Amino acid sequence: MGLDIRWPIGLMFTLIGVLLVITGFSGGASPRLPNVNIDLIWGVVLLIFGVAMLLGAIAGKKQGPPK
Amino acid sequence: MESIHLHKIDYAILLAYVAFVIGIGWTLARYMKTSADFLTSARSIPTWVTGLAFISANLGALELVGMAASGAKYGIATAHFYWVGAIPAMIFLAVFMMPFYYGSKARSTPEYLNMRFDGRVRGLNAIAFAVMTIFASGISMDALAKLLNELLGWNYNFALLICSGVVLLYVLKGGLTSAIYTEVLQFFMIVLGFAPVVYLGLKDAGGWGAMTHSLQAVAVNPSVVYIKDAGISYAPNAWTSAWTPVLAGPANNPMGVDWFAMIFGLGFVLSFGYWCTNFLVVQRAMAAKNMTAARNTPLVAAVPKMFFPFLVIVPGMIAVALTSMPDKNYRIPPPIVSPENYATAVAAVKSASPADPAAAVKAVGDALGVKVAPDKIASLVAANAASKLPDAQIKQGLYNSIAENYYSGVILSLVKKYCPPGLMGLALTALLASFMSGMAGNVTAFNTVFTYDLYQAYLVKGKSDRHYFLTGKVITVVGIVLSMGAAYFASMFDNAMDVIQLVFGFVNAPIFATFLLGMFWKRTTGTGAFIGLFGGIFSSALFHALTTTPGNLDAAGHVINIAKGGYLHVVQVFPSEMAQNFWLAAFSFIVCFTFTAVISLATARTKSDAELKGLVYSLTPKIVDNNIPIYQKPAVVGVVLLIVCIILNFIFW
Repeated sequence: MGLDIRWPIGLMFTLIGVLLVITGFSGGASPRLPNVNIDLIWGVVLLIFGVAMLLGAIAGKKQGPPK
Repeated sequence: MESIHLHKIDYAILLAYVAFVIGIGWTLARYMKTSADFLTSARSIPTWVTGLAFISANLGALELVGMAASGAKYGIATAHFYWVGAIPAMIFLAVFMMPFYYGSKARSTPEYLNMRFDGRVRGLNAIAFAVMTIFASGISMDALAKLLNELLGWNYNFALLICSGVVLLYVLKGGLTSAIYTEVLQFFMIVLGFAPVVYLGLKDAGGWGAMTHSLQAVAVNPSVVYIKDAGISYAPNAWTSAWTPVLAGPANNPMGVDWFAMIFGLGFVLSFGYWCTNFLVVQRAMAAKNMTAARNTPLVAAVPKMFFPFLVIVPGMIAVALTSMPDKNYRIPPPIVSPENYATAVAAVKSASPADPAAAVKAVGDALGVKVAPDKIASLVAANAASKLPDAQIKQGLYNSIAENYYSGVILSLVKKYCPPGLMGLALTALLASFMSGMAGNVTAFNTVFTYDLYQAYLVKGKSDRHYFLTGKVITVVGIVLSMGAAYFASMFDNAMDVIQLVFGFVNAPIFATFLLGMFWKRTTGTGAFIGLFGGIFSSALFHALTTTPGNLDAAGHVINIAKGGYLHVVQVFPSEMAQNFWLAAFSFIVCFTFTAVISLATARTKSDAELKGLVYSLTPKIVDNNIPIYQKPAVVGVVLLIVCIILNFIFW
């Protein structure tokens, strides 16, 4: 109804993904597992997810609004 | 547990989430023109959205906190709540019941009852549902506020107010559609926020195999991790096998249930009672854009639901495994002890004499107010006598020696242990998201039922749609305020999951009998349904008043806590509260079913076959799914999902 939810989802996760990646650059390792820079890794995952959602939203817009 | 310190990045993530959910509500406000838009979304939402909202609305606080707690207490058998207690019912709803809900054009499940029977059953169901859903919302909010209090040191009342405020903002603006859309956002937040925590925990434990190995040792002697009292022992697979310990009988599984209660009580009565009739979830399916979408909504929801055990239950199992591994510096959190009591206990340790450990144990136990492990206290006292330990170290030693577990704290403790700044904000926001989706779901369901089924049906009839639209807005506020009241009530119980099962059991068990007979037997009459439902609810309360568990009886055989039953007279003692709940459900269902059937036969029908067309199975043309691709045919998808679910059961047999 009037809003393709993929937009806010995509935007939010892209934003959070970027924030996590930036944090990851200044050391985002898990306290117990110093070899795993989880902030960086997961930030990238969220970024990919967010962008995928946005691509879906753009594709939906191209199809035009449902009748 | 000490508060977690949040960094700027954590607050940034939290703020982003809050901004987006409120923004969604604000954006949708302009599309809210009629009461149908606001309260039912006017059948406009795509399947994947309603499907994920369906599961997300159900995912309140209880899933994450409660399932992790249950995962610690019972192991993978907790998955029964999903594989037995949800999936079959969701498939049944999709394939057999949605045609009546959606086809009747009822705006709510009580309204369906009104069409099928008359105003009495509808009124009873609407009132029962309204009360129940407010309680569910309150329990959600209480758990959230407690969590924020423990985690961030926020004042309980303040936390309650802020979170209610956020939900209020987006639901007031965008109504049900707002709730549904944010529920989808929250679904992704929950999955993506917790998956890394589970991954890290599992990695730290040494992998799935190492975790399983530890759990086998724990099962043989659970008192080592304070899960059961000393002397209780189970087969090694009690935490890692879902079916074998249950089939072996109540004494052989930590849940204390038998297979009949599990399959009939949980798998049929409670499960179908919730998933097939609870308007909280059915409302999301009713908002779908057409019949096929409506039928597929629960099926779409069933896919993530089936795999959720790995996200929500496994953390509890990881916590147990880690506690049993001495080098991991972790234990399942003990009950909260105030700093003052810790200080008194520390003083007690310092002034204790190693020659009299029993006195020391008593002094410390009294100071802390919880059960302590005598051997650990004795060694702590001895260590302090040998070389004066700093206060902080004594306190840590005391923390480790508390012989009770606060299971609701498990998920939080894992988040604290494994999340660096950044991920911490994400996990915390995921927790908040789960509470909010549950709360918003309950409030929107309450709103629709109250406005249409109570207010419009009985109190103020025949007004313009604008009147009911505004009523809906007012009731949004009322619903949240009432939920806060329920939250204070709920703050008296520890494991919210058990309480919610009890409350749902009272009302849910009989209700499915009513819908079942109503939808599939044209002979069911309004009088039969009404008296049957009433009798069912009453019999639930009666059953509860006459039964209890061993833990609720003191040495003289008197009931300790009336909330746990047995307060009229103890006719039957069940091995566990869960067993009591499942048997209560079974009993109540049978009572309602029997009363409804017998009284229906004894009373005249008030509706003709023509009036019941589209409302009863035998009087409705079968839906023919010829024009949709095979992967969208509800019956086909349903069968496939059932097979996958059975396979999962076998994997964890």
